[in-house]
Parts: sequence; structure tokens; C-alpha cells
Amino acid sequence: MIRTGGALPLGMRPRRRPSIAIPLSRQGVRPYISAMTKTPRSHIRNFSIVAHIDHGKSTLADRLIQMTGSLEEREMKDQVLDAMDIERERGITIKANTVRLEYDAADGEHYVLNLIDTPGHVDFAYEVSRSLAACEGSLLVVDASQGVEAQTLANVYQAIDNDHEIVTVLNKVDLPAADIDRVKAQVEEVIGLDASDAVEISAKTGQGIDQVLEAIVTRLPAPPEGEGAEPLKALLVDSWYDAYLGVVVLVRIIDGRMKRGQTIRMIGTDARYQVDRVGVLTPKLVTVPELGPGEIGVFTASIKEVADTRVGDTITEDKRPTAVALPGFKPAQPVVFCGLFPVDAADFEDLRAAIGKLRLNDASFSYEMETSAALGFGFRCGFLGLLHLEIIQERLAREFDLDLIATAPSVVYRMTLTDGTVTELHNPADMPDVVKIATIEEPWIKATIMTPDDYLGAILQLCQERRGIQTDLAYVGSRAMVTYELPLNEVVFDFYDRLKSISKGYASFDYQIDGYREGDLVRMSILVNEEPVDALSMLVHRSAAEKRGRVMCEKLKDLIPRHMFKIPIQAAIGGKVIARETISAMRKDVTAKCYGGDVTRKRKLLEKQKEGKKKMRQFGRVEIPQEAFIQVLKVDG
Amino acid sequence: MTVWASPDQTAPAPLNGDDGSPGFGVYLHWPFCAAKCPYCDFNSHVRHAPVDQTAFAEAFLREMAHVRDLTGPREVTSIFIGGGTPSLMTPETVGTLLNAVAAHWRVPANIEVTMEANPQSADANRFAGYRTAGVNRLSLGVQALNDADLTFLGRLHDADEARAAIELARRTFPRLSFDLIYARPGQTLENWASELREAISLAADHLSLYQLTIEDGTPFKALHAAGRIAIPDGELASNLYAMTQDITSDHGLPAYEISNHAVPGAQSRHNLTYWRYGDYAGIGPGAHGRFAVGEAVEKHVTITERHPETWLERVRRHGHGIAETETLDRMAQADEMLMMGLRLTEGVDLARHEALGGRTIDGQALQAMIDLGMVERVGNARIRATARGRIVLDSVIAELAQ
Repeated sequence: MIRTGGALPLGMRPRRRPSIAIPLSRQGVRPYISAMTKTPRSHIRNFSIVAHIDHGKSTLADRLIQMTGSLEEREMKDQVLDAMDIERERGITIKANTVRLEYDAADGEHYVLNLIDTPGHVDFAYEVSRSLAACEGSLLVVDASQGVEAQTLANVYQAIDNDHEIVTVLNKVDLPAADIDRVKAQVEEVIGLDASDAVEISAKTGQGIDQVLEAIVTRLPAPPEGEGAEPLKALLVDSWYDAYLGVVVLVRIIDGRMKRGQTIRMIGTDARYQVDRVGVLTPKLVTVPELGPGEIGVFTASIKEVADTRVGDTITEDKRPTAVALPGFKPAQPVVFCGLFPVDAADFEDLRAAIGKLRLNDASFSYEMETSAALGFGFRCGFLGLLHLEIIQERLAREFDLDLIATAPSVVYRMTLTDGTVTELHNPADMPDVVKIATIEEPWIKATIMTPDDYLGAILQLCQERRGIQTDLAYVGSRAMVTYELPLNEVVFDFYDRLKSISKGYASFDYQIDGYREGDLVRMSILVNEEPVDALSMLVHRSAAEKRGRVMCEKLKDLIPRHMFKIPIQAAIGGKVIARETISAMRKDVTAKCYGGDVTRKRKLLEKQKEGKKKMRQFGRVEIPQEAFIQVLKVDG
Repeated sequence: MTVWASPDQTAPAPLNGDDGSPGFGVYLHWPFCAAKCPYCDFNSHVRHAPVDQTAFAEAFLREMAHVRDLTGPREVTSIFIGGGTPSLMTPETVGTLLNAVAAHWRVPANIEVTMEANPQSADANRFAGYRTAGVNRLSLGVQALNDADLTFLGRLHDADEARAAIELARRTFPRLSFDLIYARPGQTLENWASELREAISLAADHLSLYQLTIEDGTPFKALHAAGRIAIPDGELASNLYAMTQDITSDHGLPAYEISNHAVPGAQSRHNLTYWRYGDYAGIGPGAHGRFAVGEAVEKHVTITERHPETWLERVRRHGHGIAETETLDRMAQADEMLMMGLRLTEGVDLARHEALGGRTIDGQALQAMIDLGMVERVGNARIRATARGRIVLDSVIAELAQ
């Protein structure tokens, strides 16, 4: 699940959001732009698309953009809203993106449709929730052959919680495997939505896209009437850093108007700014004179850092502040931590700079400096989940050309010490002496797994092995939906890989954090040649420790090359060894024949060997290859 | 550059003229073989039409004149004619080459002049001629003393032919060495022990005993990759090696290098030059030379074109076949010296290593190797690999090289 730079295709230069891909001089050239900011509320529709990965969300967004002529044909490319290379390659959306569509409806009226394309993955549920809060309706896209999947559920429930009207869209109806009636029944049964008026489309061929646009206009509500026309009240939906424009803030106007030159105040941070520029995303940034009630748009105001903006904050006029602030959002909390270290210690400053740059645009990712006896200087980083972790690692490797070692991912434990203090533990290496700990609590999740029933048995077994508690099991046709409560620490290890492997990729999985529970957790250390390797220590449940320890030792035995002496590898809890392997000493390594002509060749070999040594980490007398730190966490399916 | 200590002051007067100095050797490479052996990755070529020895000898002479210009005047401590199969040369060709060496550099009387030969009777018939031409030490490619293994190794002679050639060579040359390859597929400790004992009974003053190595680009490599050849694993190979050391030293032929054994004083002077990191000139297709010029600290490397006819053409056009040159800085020389010197039982002279590299050996790495029992000090002046260290020497060197 974890990768480093070496395993990935060579990095490309960082891409910016499409908003700044055009020269500023070209902005505002479209004559109709100024007219559209006067759109009455009744002619605005703000909506999101929720879907499981691969069900066609981004393709549908592409078609909507194309059909409404927001981009010229030559500017169109697949997944136009997914600007990052990683998004495009993996076919996923990581950052929410916004596009304003102009649509002349069948009723002869002109509408403005604001689409916020949201990430599908649970790690980015936070992005989803704030995007949903800026809209009144959602399109629920379901693959007509695959049906409802775990992520569909999680996201659609969020939309329902946000009081969204929902239009069900069945995609890929042109495929031979499409089973429209079955999937409609599933939507009704599993989600509880009326699917009789579902729009049947093929985003690939364009079939039914016109009906989607009509359904947006006729079935989704217009923004509600607010307190009145004045003063300005806007929701801060998102913000990002643009190399040319500085911090760009995405807002949803609730009341009043936002215009250039206005002095605004952010209520949460109590900061004042003068608006430099107001615009909309088509998805290119186009400057407009002002944004009116119900609209979604962006502004810049010489804000220095993304960290100066708080997502969910209420923006108002400085002189005439709104009386009531919006409820706002809870800030995103990192749930998974791991150490990131440069392979070459000399790259530490580069890593610091790279992490700082990524953080500029991703406030949900946290970091602090960490020193490891094994790996030197690096950073302890916090992530929203495993995909988030993987993506940050991959971006560091590609966009900044850094080779990294990642330590075992760990969750945040809560410890009550015997003196009554409560602390959070982000790094197993920092665990206090066991005698000082009264209780340890670990985060649990509520997981939803949907799978063809052929794989159910194996999946249930996997969940049981991981200390899962089954809370529900239901069938929809031949698909089973099972919900489990699971300790997150069992999931970060290799759960997702195992699930994919035992279900041949057919199971889908989603989870949400479900609070902390006390657990019988112990710190397992790994000792190589009698020396503990801090980067490999982890907290495990006592019942799972022996098995985990044995697997770790066996893997390390294969990953560490033979040395001139034998090397014991041990897993231990406290002073007690629970698993042990031995790497026997190298038996023979000598060139039989070596004469005058062989010197050059041998020296070159020696130089290569010296290069190879640089890829090793020295622990006492033992050299451990860097990839061992990554490989040891992978468990074979 | 003359900082060395004689390895053993009490040794009997050497047959090889060794004064403990690194020396200056001249190497001549004859690149042709009657057949290519499936394990061999040396620069050897099979020609189905007769090789024009006169044309090649002329080219050797031209290249030698060029190399002499590069080395300047030197006193030669040994000459070695290797291959390939030099015993495919007529004695006249050998004589021409040796005379040319003496014409270009100062060659004292009675220095070691070695030539490699195969034991086939056709080659053995020329032994007397080679002796007359000036060869005083023969190195025979025996490789095995049983017919089955000789066939497996692709050799053209049988065991009786080998015994006869050894006998004849002993009578013809003052000094003789022969090669055996062991750790063959299926070989046990017992059958190698008895074969080795027979070899010792046949030997004169020197034996080269190599463990079979699967080299890249050889027919054995392909067979090995396909799983059709299994050579003894690390455990058995290591035991075979240890046993070889015991048996040879019990019989008065102790190892003086990883794979070389000699009666004290009968070591190969020429090969000692390589292992002591002395200077050498290399003439002929695919030959390597390494030498310092005057008092300069750099060492020059010359590598000639490997392909015989291409080499010949180059010599005709340019007066030499050197295709590649390199200049070694002090650090590279220090590493190379260590790499070669630790192969020797006499070990490495630390003062000379320091003088060459311009810095002392990595003391921490050295101490770690000493603590592990891989390396030991010999007095204050030298270090050498221990018996345990020798079997994993490549790893030991990797630790010590900077």
C-alpha cells in the first residue's frame, strides 16, 4: 500500500490547477460573463456529484462541461477537472474542483449551474462535506452494471444529511452487462431513494446528458432565500495557493454581494482583507465584477497563506458584519501517522521544503520534525487516511523528485497515564514506560464492505482475524453488504490489500471513524542483531502480537542480505522475545581468479557495491536495505 | 614508490628471483584457442582457418615498441605469455616475441618467463622448442584428472594425456605449474580430496586451484540459469575450499594467494606483481597494462582491442591496438592495491598502501574486520585476510575500500 519514489514512473513537474493555466491577459474576454453575475437565485443550481470510484463521475463532469460549451473543444481533455497527474493516472479525484456551467434550458430560460466535483474516497470525506455544504442538490451516479458500492453509500448519506435533493443517474447503460432494473431496485432497497425517475445515461457516448441537465434545472432546488440582500455573508468552501495569484478562496455567497475593493472580514480568524479580484471558474478563472446571492465563485485578497483561511469560516463585510455566523466545519483531524525520511540524509532540507510546499495547498496534512536512530532526520506526518498518505508520498516523490523511506503507518492512540494525564501517541517509538500507563485507547472505525457473495466467507474471516465486530449483514440480490466495527490499527497494516486480493478486486470498502475504545495494546519492538530498530516498532493488540511478530521476522530474514556474521532477528514485547529468526552468515564470497586484466572490472564492481551500500541503513553492524522498511509491511495475499 | 617490506626474510632463496618488490612484468596475450571451453570468459577466439602467426607477431612487435615509449625504460622482473592458448604458437613465434621484449626493456638473465599451454600431445611436442626459445616456466591447463569431468569442462585432452604432458613438462622446464578447476557439479569432499592428492603427487612446485565460477556470457551461464547445472552451494563450496587449504599445506604447497599454491620460493613472480599492485605492460588483443611513468603519482591503464583481427588492423593503422586508457588517481590505486593485496597470504604493506593512497586506511572499518576475525595484523607493518576472511574476501574488501 505504501510506495516510494523508486517504484513509480518518473515524476513530472508540479501542475497547477486549471484556473491559472491561462495568461491573465486573456481573462474576462467573454462578453456574457458580466451578465451572468446578475443571475437571479431562481436561475442558479448548485450541485455535487457523488459516486463510487470508476462509476463515471469525472466523465459525466467532462460531458456536462462539453455540452454547455464551457470549454472550447481544443481545451477539452479527459477528466478535465482532475488537474493533478496522480488524479488523472489513477482516475480518482483528490481535490474538490468547481466549474460554472451556462445552460439554456428547455423552458427557454438561461441558468447558471455550479458543479462541485468531489473526491469519492473516504480519506477526503472532509473535502466532500464542505463541498456538499455549498450545494443544494446532488447527482448520485451509479454504474448500471456494478450497482451500489460502499463508497456510494457513505457519500450519498452525507448528501442526505446536508438536506440535498438527489437525482439518481444510472451510468454505463449502454454496456451489455448493464442491469438497470436490478440496480434501480438496489438503490431503492439499500439507499432508500425513489429510483423510478432515475436518469439513464452513458457518459462515455453522451447518451442522456441532456436529460441530466434538464433534471438539474427541474428537480434540484434553487438556492434558498436568505435573511435578505444585505450585508454580505459567504461560506469559505476551499482555498488553495496559486503561484501567480497567491491564495485563491472559493466561496458560496449566502447573502449580499462580493465585489472588488470591498473590505471583508473573516469572522473565525477575525482577519480583514481587501478583495483584489472576484471571479468564477469555467473551469478557467474568469474575472467578474461581483458575485451575488446563491453564487459560487472565487476571490483573491492578498492573503499570504492557505493556513490563514479556515474552511467553513463565514466571510462578511468589515463595516456591516452579518449578525449570525455560519455553523462552520470541524477541522479535519489526521488519523494515520507515519515517518517520512529522505533516503539520502543530504536531502533533508529538500524534503522540508517539499513538505512545506504541499502543506500550502493541503491544510489537512500535518507534520513535525522527527529524529530516528535508524533513519536519521525526517518528519512525522499526519494524514486523513491511507490513500491520503500514499498520495502525499507519491507527490513528494514525483513532483519534488525525492526518494523517501516511510515507516509503518500508525494510528493515534490515546493514553491515560497512572498520574491521570491523558496524552496522544503519534509514534510508537515515543511510547512511555508501560508501568506509567494506566490504559491505552485506540480508534475504531465503522466499515461497510460490499461484495459478491462468493467472497463473503473469506471477508468475514479477515474481519474476524482483525478483531472485527459484525454489526450488520444484508443481501441485495447476489451482493452482500456487511458492516463491521474494526480497530483502525488493524486496517492500516494491510487490510485493504488483503481485501482486494481475497475478493479479486470485487469488494468495495468504506469506513468512518467511530470513536476510541480501550484495548489491550502492547508495543512490539523488532531487534536486529540485538539492537532495536525504532522505525519498525509498532503497537499491536496482545492477541495479534505473536503472529505479527513472526511474519515481520520472516520477512526481514528474506529482506536483509547475509552478512559476514549471523544475525538474529527478534520481535519482542518489553524484554520478552515472541518471535525469532536467524540470518546465517555468508558462506562464500570470493572471486576465484583475479589477475592483471581483472583489476578494472573488479574495481568497477567494487564501486557499484559502494553505491549499493548507500542504499542501506546501518544498524550497529548490520546494513538493512531501505526497501526492507517498505516491504516488511506488505503481507502476501 | 619503493616502500615495501620483504614478506618473509627467512624464506629459502627463491627460484623466482623475488626480492619482495612489486616489480615490472610484461604480459603478452595470444587470443586463439582450438575450442572455446564452456566455463571460460577470457578473451579467446576460435579460428577455422590457420592463423597468420607472422602477421600477428609483427603486430605484437609494433605495439610493444609503442608501449615501450609509454613506460619508458624499465627493468623487467617477469614475462608471461597467456591466452587463449599460447601453445598454439610455434616456438619460432614465441622466440620472436621474447627477443622483442629483451630489445625494448632491460631483461636480466634468468628472470621468470612463463607460458600457458594445453596438455594435448600436439602442443606437448613443441615443449622443447619453447624451452629453447627462452620459456623457463610452464603453466598447464589440466583442469581435471578424470575423463568424465574433462569432457564436461569441454577440454580436448583426456586424463592420461594430461599426466603425460605434466611428466614431459617437468623434464623440459625448470618450473611447472598446472591448473585444476574444482567445486564441479556433483563433486564431493571425498572425490576432490583424492583427485587433489593425485595432483600434488604429480606437481612440481606450483598449483593453481580454482573453484568453478559461472561467468556471464558463457555457455555454462545459460545452462545454470536453465537449471541444468548445479554447482556446490555456499556451504559445500566453503568446505571444499577449507579442505583444499589443509591438504595442500600438509603437502608442502601452502596457499600464497586465494587460489594459488607453491613450494615456498616458487610462487609465480609475474602474478605476484599483479597482487602486489606492481606495474605491468600488456601487449596483444585484450591485454591490460598498468604502470606509473617516472615519479608521477598517477597510474596509467591501457586496454587493447579484444577482437584479434580488429586489433591487428588497429596496430597496422596506428602502431598500437590500445582502445581504452584510464588514469588512476591515488584513491583508486589504494583501493586496487587492497583489492589485489588482500588475496595474498603475505597481505598488504600498510606503509606502501598509505604512500600510494595519500591517506591511511579506514581505521574503524579495519578494526571492525579485525574484531570479526576477518583480517589480522602481521606485526605493525602489514595486514592480511585470515582463513575465515579469505573465503568471503570480496565482502571484506568492500568494507575496507574507501
